Amino acid sequence: MSVTLVNVTKIFTDQDDKSKEFTAVNNVNIEIREGEMVTFLGPSGCGKTTTLRIISGFEQQTKGDVYIDGQLVNDLPANKRNSSMVFQSYAIFPHLTVAQNIGFGLELKGFKKSEIKVEVDKIMQTMGLSALGNRQPSQLSGGQQQRVALARAIVNKPRVLLFDEPLSNLDAKLRDQMRTEIRRIQQKFGITSIYVTHDQNEAMTVSDRIMVMDKGVIQQLGTPFEIYSRPVNHFVADFIGRANFFTGTVTSLNEQVTIAINKREFTFPTFNKDIKMGKRATIVIRPEGLHITRQSPEAFFNGTVKEAVYLGATMEYEIEVKGRSEPVVAISYNPVLEGFYKVGDEVGLTFEPISAHVIS
Amino acid sequence: MNKSFVQRKWHGLIKLSKDPLLLSVIVVLTLALILFIIYPLLKVCIVSFQVDGRFSVKNFTSVMTYSNGYYMKALWNSLWMGAATAVIGTFIAYIFAFSLTRANIRGQKFFNLIATIPIISPPFIGALAVVMLFGRNGFVSSTILGMDNANAYGPKGLLFAQILTFFPVAYITLRGVLESISPTLEDAAMDLGGSRFTIFRKVTLPLSIPGIASSVLVLFVESLADFGNPLVLAGAQFPILSVQAYLEITGMGNFARGSALAFILLVPSVSAYMLQKYWVSKKQYVTVTGKPTQSSNTMVSNRARWALFALCCLIASLIILVYASIVWGAFAKSWGNSALLTLDNFRYVFRVGFESVLDTMVIAGLSTPIAGVLGMVIAFLVVRKKFFGRRFMEFSSMLSFAVPGTVVGIGYILAFNHSPFYLTGTLAILMFNFIFRYLPVGVQGGVAVLSQIDPSIEEAAIDLGAGSTTTFRKVTLPLMIPAFFSALIYSFVRSMTAISAAIFLVSARWKLMTVQIMSQVESGRIGSAAAFSLILVAIILVAMAAIKLFLRLKYHTNSSILTR
Repeated sequence: MSVTLVNVTKIFTDQDDKSKEFTAVNNVNIEIREGEMVTFLGPSGCGKTTTLRIISGFEQQTKGDVYIDGQLVNDLPANKRNSSMVFQSYAIFPHLTVAQNIGFGLELKGFKKSEIKVEVDKIMQTMGLSALGNRQPSQLSGGQQQRVALARAIVNKPRVLLFDEPLSNLDAKLRDQMRTEIRRIQQKFGITSIYVTHDQNEAMTVSDRIMVMDKGVIQQLGTPFEIYSRPVNHFVADFIGRANFFTGTVTSLNEQVTIAINKREFTFPTFNKDIKMGKRATIVIRPEGLHITRQSPEAFFNGTVKEAVYLGATMEYEIEVKGRSEPVVAISYNPVLEGFYKVGDEVGLTFEPISAHVIS
Repeated sequence: MNKSFVQRKWHGLIKLSKDPLLLSVIVVLTLALILFIIYPLLKVCIVSFQVDGRFSVKNFTSVMTYSNGYYMKALWNSLWMGAATAVIGTFIAYIFAFSLTRANIRGQKFFNLIATIPIISPPFIGALAVVMLFGRNGFVSSTILGMDNANAYGPKGLLFAQILTFFPVAYITLRGVLESISPTLEDAAMDLGGSRFTIFRKVTLPLSIPGIASSVLVLFVESLADFGNPLVLAGAQFPILSVQAYLEITGMGNFARGSALAFILLVPSVSAYMLQKYWVSKKQYVTVTGKPTQSSNTMVSNRARWALFALCCLIASLIILVYASIVWGAFAKSWGNSALLTLDNFRYVFRVGFESVLDTMVIAGLSTPIAGVLGMVIAFLVVRKKFFGRRFMEFSSMLSFAVPGTVVGIGYILAFNHSPFYLTGTLAILMFNFIFRYLPVGVQGGVAVLSQIDPSIEEAAIDLGAGSTTTFRKVTLPLMIPAFFSALIYSFVRSMTAISAAIFLVSARWKLMTVQIMSQVESGRIGSAAAFSLILVAIILVAMAAIKLFLRLKYHTNSSILTR
């Protein structure tokens, strides 16, 4: 089952001052394919949750069309859309038991009691909830509540599964465990899913594709690899992972691009299409793409170690470079081999062109 | 892009019309609120500002000059009595609430119970007890002190009765406020080196100031609206506004001047209410609804704890004295003159007043569930739905908190005494009065519960395929059960003990116990009044126990209803 948004825009009016308007979602177009899991990723207030709520039917878009499985659903209320949502707060009915919660949707559809029991038992087994059927929601741990919410959504065999920041109320370890679990269940049932989160790690692990949003506008839509390694702009590069930005002037443009940075020329294999000869261009290098050496005239930059943090497997450095307001972040993935540097050490930075990516 | 006001409202109407059930519920409720809450008040305003069908302030000038400013004196008396009751009542309630939440004294449950008893008794019990204890034949004045000519009537007796009647209201408010202030704040202050008294002065007290202000205003409104106590105790020497308005209407049949007095009474009540609702309550630091936290044992020193304990004992024993005197009085052959016990008073009540007992139970029993359900529905609409007139619905349904019963009673006889709404003397007028007067607690409780329930719970139901009616029935309503039953109990208690508005609406066909009790007091039959009151309280206790039992069996909750 596919989900398609065409020119979807949502404008909120201020309740107290009707002249004040706020564009939460600005002309969003996306096609989510059958069985695909797409993540809406962005900072809070970027419009990702509003977009999700438009798809579920809880918000009415100001403009544009929503299609589920090719059917225009603009005028279909939330209870008729056959999409199931996993809420951030789980929204488990506090007055019903676990089994009653999971069976709620089936009961509304008019299933027989015996059928409901069979379906509920089956899903509880898949989700590892079998022993908890008669529990009250208040007796469940956070992870169990999360599973109940997921089971309640899936048991209805929805056309689309919607996740609204489902893991933000769990502790770190459980979060890691649950996101793998969610991905496993989603693939097992092959349900088209949309997942809203502000956590980039979560987005990277669960998604087929990621839609990065900011200020209501899609910034980039692509696979996790594309989003991380080939960000299209400064916002995406900065929001996903850590990034060092270097600016220079384009001096040659053919299959490759040559950019003069710090009075030296570097040639990169990939580049953005809107780069022009003689104009400024920015390149992104991730911290793990930079190598630390002793200071040398061959180095890309020379600088002073401002901070050095030992994390066991890795060593993270912040290096102060003359003429830059921001320190450069570099990560050494094999500090035993590459050597340890202390705060105050003079070091040089090098990189392979393949590790760099050119944005506008 | 900027839609006009009309367009937006039109759009909203179109959206609502897709849900015809919802639309009709909203329309019917709005009309009912206009008819039974707004219209009677408007009638009071119109009649008070009208002479011979034209606008005039003559009624007010007539009130001001009447009998050498007698009514001006009544206004002044009502205001300072209200202020005194508010300040002293709040002060006592604060001591009580502080002791029970912070000082870790013994017998907390007992004290809590004692403080809530006055809430479930008719509002003139205090007055009755004052007469029995401090009157001419009073137990304290005559029997103990041997005074011959003690006079319980007038400001002192009335102040005592009103504080006794209303301090529990302040206690419940302040207890909520104090409970919501986390003791960790005090622990933190102590950790930073503050002395106990400094902590109280710099942390606890400032945090409870909004609650105190709110309590003072609420008591002021309650005292102004009080009718039962002043009717018994005020007397002609110390006129009180609510009683004078009543006498003007029922005694002299002067509707214009009675309405003018009612209007004068309305102004300070509504002002204080508005101040409380729209200003003070917004200043609350923390919500009153937080879950009770363990009281900090270190906050109060041992010596202070004993002092507070003694104070609580003193207050509690006064309350017990009041109720003991009522019980004793009900069984006494002749109060103050003979120590013999008898059942004569009860026999008398059953002979002359049994009809009113039945009537009262019918009226309260019918209007209570309606008020409860309406309260929940209004709360739901106000919190969860967006529609034109939502604010009006919230405001008008809560208005009864602000309007003194006397004003409502006068409004009802003005509004429903002729066609098209001729209801005088019927069961309906009493029922409508009770339903719409005791609606606010249900609305308030429902709003409080609903605002705590994450809307996503209802969205989840809709998401799973439920329509709006199914969602309300299967998800929202069950979650509102505690608020619903609190509302039931409250409106039942208030309907059973109501007097100020109801006294205008009773008739030969439909009688109320409270009104009968008042006439017993007025004709000096204190013993039968006490017996009557006892029966009234007994009915209320039985009904409360029944509801509690039902709740426990059906919903397995033990939610404390009185203290919410």
